[in-house]
Amino acid sequence: MSQQYMLHVNGVDHEVTDGWLGESLLDTLRDRLGLMGTKGACTQGECGSCSVLVDGELVCSCLVMAATATEQEITTIEGVAPAGAPSDVQQAFVDAGAVQCGFCTPGLIMAVHDLLERSPEPDGTEIREQLAGNVCRCTGYGRIVDAVQQVSVRRAGSGSSS
Amino acid sequence: MSVDERTDAPPRAGVLGDSITRPDGIAKTQGAFSFSSDESVDGCLFGATLRSPHPYARIVSIALGPAWQIDGVRAVITADDVPGQPTYGLIAHDQPVFASEYVRYVGEPIAAVAADGPETARRALAAIRVEFELLEPLLDPEAAIAGAHDPVHPDGNVIRHQRIEHGDLSVAGDIVVEGTYEIGMQDQAFLGLEAAIAFPDDGAALGNGGGIELHIATQWLHEDQKQIAACLGLPAEKVHVVLGGVGGAFGAREDISLQVHTCMLALRLGRPVRMAYDRGESFLGHVHRHPTTISMRHHATADGQLVKIEARFVFDGGAYASTSSAVLINGITMAQGPYRCPNGEIVGWAVRSNHLPCGAMRGFGAVQACFAYESQMDKLADACGLDPVEVRLRNAMVTGDTLLTGQRVLNVAPVEECIRQTAALPLPNTPVGGVPLPDGEVDVMQLPGGAGRTADAGDVVRGIGWGVSIKNLMYSEGFDDYSTARCKLADGVATIKFATAEVGQGFVMIATQIARTVLGVDDVVLDTIDTGVGSAGSTSASRQTWMSGGAVDAASRKVRDQLLAEIAREQGIDVNRLAIDGTDIIDTAGSFRLSVTEASMGRSFDEEVEYRHPETFDLDERGQGDCHTAFAFVAHRAVVDVDPELGLVKVVQIATAQDVGVALNPLSVIGQIEGGIAQGLGLAVMEEIIQVDGVIRNANFTDYLLPTFLDMPPVVAALIEQPDPLSPLGAKGVGEPPCISSTPSIVAAIRDALRSVGVEKDLDRVPVRPGDICL
Amino acid sequence: MPVAVPRSLDDAVRLLADEPDAMLLAGGTDAMVEINDGHRRPGESVIALNRVAELRSWSHDPATGTLTIGAGVTYKELMNDPIARWSPALAEASRTVGSPQIRAAGTLGGNVGTCSPAGDALPVLAALDAQVRLVSSAGGRTLPVSDVMVGVKRTSIEPGELIADITIPAASGPQGYAKVGVRNAMVIAVASACVAVDSEAKSVAIALGSVSPTVVRCPDAESLLAASVDWQTGSVDIEIVAAAIARVRSRAQPITDHRSTAEYRSHAVGVLVQRLLRRSFRIESAGVRA
Repeated sequence: MSQQYMLHVNGVDHEVTDGWLGESLLDTLRDRLGLMGTKGACTQGECGSCSVLVDGELVCSCLVMAATATEQEITTIEGVAPAGAPSDVQQAFVDAGAVQCGFCTPGLIMAVHDLLERSPEPDGTEIREQLAGNVCRCTGYGRIVDAVQQVSVRRAGSGSSS
Repeated sequence: MSVDERTDAPPRAGVLGDSITRPDGIAKTQGAFSFSSDESVDGCLFGATLRSPHPYARIVSIALGPAWQIDGVRAVITADDVPGQPTYGLIAHDQPVFASEYVRYVGEPIAAVAADGPETARRALAAIRVEFELLEPLLDPEAAIAGAHDPVHPDGNVIRHQRIEHGDLSVAGDIVVEGTYEIGMQDQAFLGLEAAIAFPDDGAALGNGGGIELHIATQWLHEDQKQIAACLGLPAEKVHVVLGGVGGAFGAREDISLQVHTCMLALRLGRPVRMAYDRGESFLGHVHRHPTTISMRHHATADGQLVKIEARFVFDGGAYASTSSAVLINGITMAQGPYRCPNGEIVGWAVRSNHLPCGAMRGFGAVQACFAYESQMDKLADACGLDPVEVRLRNAMVTGDTLLTGQRVLNVAPVEECIRQTAALPLPNTPVGGVPLPDGEVDVMQLPGGAGRTADAGDVVRGIGWGVSIKNLMYSEGFDDYSTARCKLADGVATIKFATAEVGQGFVMIATQIARTVLGVDDVVLDTIDTGVGSAGSTSASRQTWMSGGAVDAASRKVRDQLLAEIAREQGIDVNRLAIDGTDIIDTAGSFRLSVTEASMGRSFDEEVEYRHPETFDLDERGQGDCHTAFAFVAHRAVVDVDPELGLVKVVQIATAQDVGVALNPLSVIGQIEGGIAQGLGLAVMEEIIQVDGVIRNANFTDYLLPTFLDMPPVVAALIEQPDPLSPLGAKGVGEPPCISSTPSIVAAIRDALRSVGVEKDLDRVPVRPGDICL
Repeated sequence: MPVAVPRSLDDAVRLLADEPDAMLLAGGTDAMVEINDGHRRPGESVIALNRVAELRSWSHDPATGTLTIGAGVTYKELMNDPIARWSPALAEASRTVGSPQIRAAGTLGGNVGTCSPAGDALPVLAALDAQVRLVSSAGGRTLPVSDVMVGVKRTSIEPGELIADITIPAASGPQGYAKVGVRNAMVIAVASACVAVDSEAKSVAIALGSVSPTVVRCPDAESLLAASVDWQTGSVDIEIVAAAIARVRSRAQPITDHRSTAEYRSHAVGVLVQRLLRRSFRIESAGVRA
């Protein structure tokens, strides 16, 4: 049976007209709303590639039933910064060599923004624990930790966030 | 004044040696980079594959009718619909596009459907009725070798057998150590799942000679093109392959997976069709690292110098041959490791079974060999009363030494340097049990077990272990290994075209850096990666920097030389005096200087060049022959904290010095080193595809465990830059060495930690499981 | 109505009364995995519980010394103060769950409802004799968590009932949780345990996870310890601990599967309990501190 409902994504209302009841938010974002930035690599909540914010909480969109996410603020990677005007986190990832194939990258960017919001100066262990839900197969994580630390230091120095 | 004396100018950015950033990096961070799984067009249909649930069975009947009844199902195809060659393969063409008579592994494709959407496609698959006669699967490689099981394939149960005999086989050592080692099946587990979209040419239909364009994430566009064309019964030119964004590869994309199926469906319908695998299907849909059993016996003098190695390798290739025969050769030809050894007898088998097919994974046979020979070297150290570093230094290979195949290693071979520089890297300064939190409490996240809070600091002991390895670069055994690049220069802009698959490793950076360096222009554009230019060979075997880098370099030089020739003619200067200096053309013996950009205005150059490496040769029946091209070396030292009672492990640090020739992009090299080490760590302690009675039990990321941020330690790395005179850019490939000796270094560290509490464990199998450590 | 997102418990109960077979969805961290894998269909209707205000709240009652936690409270909330202060073991267990993303969505009620023998919070609830309050349009009933967990992924919760809240005693002595998995984050427990000491009642509770069809208590080990601990000094003899561990191991009935072997699970659960006891008591050896 086809589902019809509204989702509020990146500040914009989207009508979903052809979803099915159990469809995940991940699939709905990609296949119904054409927002391809959020990636699916495991559909079990084990890799974090599908991470989005729902009402300010970092969650795996593959584990959210889209039809139940009505009247919630959903933020995807597309909502982090305008295209071509990357956030400081996004720029740091590129500068630090933290992007190889890039498949894990959108989910990681979401997780890092969330981490630095809650904990602006995380040490190495905290970074690793808070990002443990995001798996990367290419980088071995070293350059990613470096990117996070670069942003943290820069923000502290400038007294601003983002 | 020579070019070298002009020192006032700041170092030029963006050239070889610079750590430039990825041109696609920002797009990737913003979710704007298109992976093959992101590609779709309005009106395209969705394909899905029906797979065998049995490891070995005869297909009695296939009833497609019920699938056709479902509303929205547009096509159902089987082996009967394959217009061209019914089988394919990278070496032997032994793998059916669709099973027709037999299914030989769980997951083997039997049919495919195209439907209006994924849900409909899934229902169609569920509606197809296949009747099977179950057969006794061949699951024991020894049975395959002994001929104790009927052939499960017309080509027989032995894929390849090769011996190596070198020197005097009758010698024996004063010291003899032996062991039997097992390496489990590792999965490449790239994150970017398989996906493709096929666009049939106007009027094209299955079997009518019409062509097709396929967008696919792959490692080897031209090999895909060749195999697809053969199966479709088309000439290669009718199959245009375009690289879709690749979300990692690590060997799993070298073999065909959904390419032919997608093309067949699209041609059947005359409409675009896309296919995409989910994670469970991905585990079934690509090849894996060969599970391997290796018995080794090392003979040495009393002071630890190798005199002879005997070994027997058995690689379980699974149901189809893929690249098993080449993996076997890699394993056995480097069985001695990066060490000098005058005599040896190695026997190697790659066999067929009804397990999942195996093929290329980063390291390609050298990984398995290294776990065995490095475990042996530690046994040798013990037997001789030497420490692990000393025994390795005593046997370290140098340039000019000989492998047991009789091949001399002509590359730079800085094995001793790799070991010494690794040893010089500082050990971690965190105490066992981690740095206490400000309140004095133990930080559980730094202990083995992590958030599971399984240990207190006193439960943990630390060990240090070593691994050193050799890896061949490029392809071997006479394979015509080449790469092609096309360079155009016009009006100050260089355009480079290649079919080199960018899978995340960063070739798109290197190519740009080469062109900038050689041509002296900063404005370099990379053209679409597709089969519109000659083959670049595979993105594998750590070959692309050398081969495709060599091709881009050669094409750029050709264009540069033509530009210089024209300028020389026009300026009346001897062309041999002209050179590129930064972004200018200069007369090295005069005052002429003109920017390359200006010089190229109104001119246009276009050169396509094939780059080949020197010939390689087959092995004879005694395994003698110069079968490899070149070699790279690396050392790893692992520091591991172990909870001996629970068998849990936390790798605290990996130190490494890697022989890279020249670091063309140092940041990118570090990325390859860290990423490769993570995969080596995975094989050491957590990654294994578990098959029971030929059925995979963990085809998902809940139970196939990849290292997380909390499992992977910091890496300290030294780059050993001794430019290799045989390499076009002085650089060696860097992708594979990091995942080869990292695995045995971690296992050795675990053994060392256990020893410190009086426990001796062989740990002769990877991945090491907690029960192996504590029970 | 295929999808309902009630805001109050009354609304949720009423909706469930109309559709007793509706799928109840809290954090989705178990249910959506099954739907994504194709092992489960949502059926005709879904009632989302993650916006129900009462389910997201919790309270501490100083008079009874109990903590009542709404079924929709997430692991992320349970990990942190102020809840963590009242139940350190529950906070520890919550920290071991999945990843930050999973912890932000997964709920205590969901853990009970899924009733996996590896459920991370379940050994804590079992050790604390948690009381699970179920509500339906017919009223409500409260039962001990041990009566709710009846088998592997099977509860005694009837159609039309939903979990409203779970009540546990606030910590009145040392308590801790530990879980074994093959890697250092995001693992399904291969063995887990909770030890909760009630210094006032002079009792020790031990609950084991992943070593039997449901989480189990170890009454034989518990009674031995309760009788043998020197409650004045908080110490216990090493021989007693060894005997208690032997009883713990015989209580476990682990299986061998693709995640681990029965032998390892049995061994590991004993080590976990021994270490949790070591964290709770001073272990002494014939009068000498061990």
